Amino acid sequence: MEAALQERQDSIHRTGEAPFAMECNKDSLAGAVSQRACVFCGSRVVLYPIADALHLVHGPIGCAVYTWDIRGALSSGPELHRLSFSTDMQEADVIFGGEKKLYSALVELIDRHAPKAAFVYSTCIVGIIGDDMAAVCRRVSEEKGIPVLPVQSEGFKGNKREGYKAACNAMRQLVGMGDISGISKYSLNILGDFNLAGEIWLIRDYFTRMGVEVVANITGDGRVGDIQRAHGAALNVVQCSGSTMDLARMMKEDYGIPSLRVSYFGVEDMAESLYAVAAFFKDEEMMRRTRELVKEELSLLMPELMKYRQALAGKRAAIYVGGAFKAFSLVKAFRAIGMQAVMVGSQTGTPEDYAELAEITDPGTIIVDDSNPLELSAFLQEKEVDIFVGGVKERPIAYKLGVAFCDHNHERKEMLAGFAGMLNFAREVYSSVMSPVWRFVPRKSETVQEVPHD
Amino acid sequence: MTKMVPQYVSTTNACKLCKPLGASLAFRGVEGAVPFLHGSQGCATYMRRYIISHFNEPIDIASSSLGEKNAVYGGGANLKLGLKNVTEKYHPALIGIATTCLTETIGDDVKRLLFEYRREFMRDGGPLLVQVSTPSYSGTHMEGFHAAVRGLVEQLTVAADANSTVNILPGFLSAADLRSLKEIVADCGLTATVLPDFSETLDGPALRDYPLIPKGGTRISDIRAMGGAKATVEFGHTLPDQLSGGKHLEKAYGVDLHRLGMPVGIRETDRFFEVLSDLSGNPPPEKYAMARGRLVDSLVDGHKYVFGKRAVVYGEEDLVIGLTSFLAEIGVQPVLCASGGTSGSFVKAIEKAVEGFAVEMPRIHEGMDFHEIGELAAELKPDFFLGHSKGYTLARNLSIPLIRVGFPIHDRVGGQRLLHIGYHGAQQLFDLIANAMIMAKQDSSEVGYSYM
Ligand code: SF4
Ligand code: SF4
Repeated sequence: MEAALQERQDSIHRTGEAPFAMECNKDSLAGAVSQRACVFCGSRVVLYPIADALHLVHGPIGCAVYTWDIRGALSSGPELHRLSFSTDMQEADVIFGGEKKLYSALVELIDRHAPKAAFVYSTCIVGIIGDDMAAVCRRVSEEKGIPVLPVQSEGFKGNKREGYKAACNAMRQLVGMGDISGISKYSLNILGDFNLAGEIWLIRDYFTRMGVEVVANITGDGRVGDIQRAHGAALNVVQCSGSTMDLARMMKEDYGIPSLRVSYFGVEDMAESLYAVAAFFKDEEMMRRTRELVKEELSLLMPELMKYRQALAGKRAAIYVGGAFKAFSLVKAFRAIGMQAVMVGSQTGTPEDYAELAEITDPGTIIVDDSNPLELSAFLQEKEVDIFVGGVKERPIAYKLGVAFCDHNHERKEMLAGFAGMLNFAREVYSSVMSPVWRFVPRKSETVQEVPHD
Repeated sequence: MTKMVPQYVSTTNACKLCKPLGASLAFRGVEGAVPFLHGSQGCATYMRRYIISHFNEPIDIASSSLGEKNAVYGGGANLKLGLKNVTEKYHPALIGIATTCLTETIGDDVKRLLFEYRREFMRDGGPLLVQVSTPSYSGTHMEGFHAAVRGLVEQLTVAADANSTVNILPGFLSAADLRSLKEIVADCGLTATVLPDFSETLDGPALRDYPLIPKGGTRISDIRAMGGAKATVEFGHTLPDQLSGGKHLEKAYGVDLHRLGMPVGIRETDRFFEVLSDLSGNPPPEKYAMARGRLVDSLVDGHKYVFGKRAVVYGEEDLVIGLTSFLAEIGVQPVLCASGGTSGSFVKAIEKAVEGFAVEMPRIHEGMDFHEIGELAAELKPDFFLGHSKGYTLARNLSIPLIRVGFPIHDRVGGQRLLHIGYHGAQQLFDLIANAMIMAKQDSSEVGYSYM
């Protein structure tokens, strides 16, 4: 393929065409315009939704200001996470060290906002100048009496995955601090949902209707106090391939809490996830309630969904998202509305993820790791895609070429999880694919019919 | 100026961006150029995302994607590999290389690395390499922008035959501003080299094929010939000499330099037209005399809706100066003029802009963030905010309108199409402001008047 640099050939696979082998999870290639962010970005995605914590970015201004309120993680109460705090390091701080400034900034902000905990994120240059963030955090923690946790998220130390790990390490220190008396034996923590557009409220509602107590949201609409009690839950349900898997593993090690991998996207995966939870608790009554819940939701959803399916059947979709696990669900969700995924990619998938993708997709489907605008645009054209699903950075590529688009990353404002979310998803896809504007774009314009004059 | 602003150690919701973002935007305005950040991947990705959300256009910013080893042992190898890859894939005419905090801190000597690169890989030609040092722990995106322009001018211009072109270094304008600027100059019968010019590269048409590098931008041959131009017009009251491309052209080639404010509002635009008239030897074309006349007529028609209204203006220093000057002209009282920039010349320039017009002197502050702006605004009881979209939350908290101008506009369509400069820009600004005031009154009135 012409649009891919030689070195990238091994990161692209076509289902059914060659024995599966895929290079992934390595550093982005110099000079390729990667869609990936950095370690800090990964940590931030995971921790920021904790709404009553202070999130201070220790570094020069850019890292903090580009990430100010960019994610749609909603809170039902405090909204500290929507502010962008930075130490805004200046030349002198770089030369003489930034610890003093970090200390004063922390104290100032904690006094101003009275958070329940503080996370301090290190950025690239902090890693280089060697500020002892841990020491400053310890000192402030003692003085202020709240947990102050360093997040070792220097951007250059790898990709987003490393950032997830750093975030999980920080949360590990919170878990176990709270009082767990009175927690039901039918209880769980929701891991890996960030309450974009209010999704976690929907999922919590499902669990409540099943008779399961939700102890902690990790981290959508998250609270420090809840996370501190998370070790009291009987189960961790983990969504999203990478971001909070590590925390689930740690909680298994530290407290023996088992975990289930779930997904809330698409009808199939949503229902399966709820059944898996009910099966875990081995409670007949709960299983019955769950069946009822699914039946009820489906009877509301299906007739509505059919309308969209009729219009969308046979259309072709391309998917490029952060985590591969979401890609699985999207492939199935498109099937549910009669559409076919012809290209699937992610920023941070593992070899196993891609093998699974190769399994569930149709022959000829392009599977790609850590792609770039050139490749993506070539794929869109080659596959004559009707809609592209991705994040903000992918949108202009699609639009420039006259391809419909659906936002499915952390910035989105539409609730796409759960049964209700499936309908929103279909509506989103529909309202982009069916727009008449595509008739005027160069890609299609030669087929536009003249308006008849009489 | 009554009370001192509390100077906080921490920054909350900064009112500035970082240097390489400005440099990337400037490089994007050169024909055939690809911006390239020497640093780790995250910076480039974040900046792309930020720019895309304003322009709704693709922007490729390459990165040398340093990893941990490079951060310790130097990023030279990655820089070279990255340049090689970008050259192979994009076939650029120019690569604009900006450093980031990381590579500045580890002390990569980019000049030397590029020298080596040219020797190793560019024997048979290749793209021009323009390099600029942009550590963000001093300065803002505006310093980065100007540094890139200065870098282009310094590193590309050669002694050229005297010609009749005019160099225009406009600073950071919108795509619509740049188009308007080019039209104005052409209407005045002048040939100009506008640097940078991203009016097409960041606001282009729908296409059949994804362009490796979008069409448009300042032609490199034109930049090369800037030394022979008959004059340079440069916008920006706060632009320091060492970042001024115009100063370099004056010193190196003796090109006359006209330093003006951003032509926002009547007086600054008048001055700009005066300079253009001098250069062309003709009075401003009738078209602009008419535009000015209509503008003044509309100001008269609408003056009562805006008189005495109190405004908080924030953003890049030179834009704020221009906007404040215009507000003063139409009888709006600027109560706070704030910027995240720290040029040192902001206060004076604002004082001059409102002299003889504003009833009281506004509070004027450099180096402010939105937390500080919010605190002051709460005391100052403004009627509206004038600035980019990041002030939205503050305006919302105070239940007053935010009138969106500048960059970024992340919560509306059409930021790239906002016109700020010239008589036409002033007309648009006035309509926006007057209508916002009328609407605020209409919406809060019990009667719900259906006429003004
Ligand atoms: S490290 Fe520097 S260049 Fe990179 S985003 Fe942060 S402030 Fe900007
Ligand atoms: S400086 Fe480092 S941490 Fe900050 S955005 Fe750039 S890569 Fe990420």
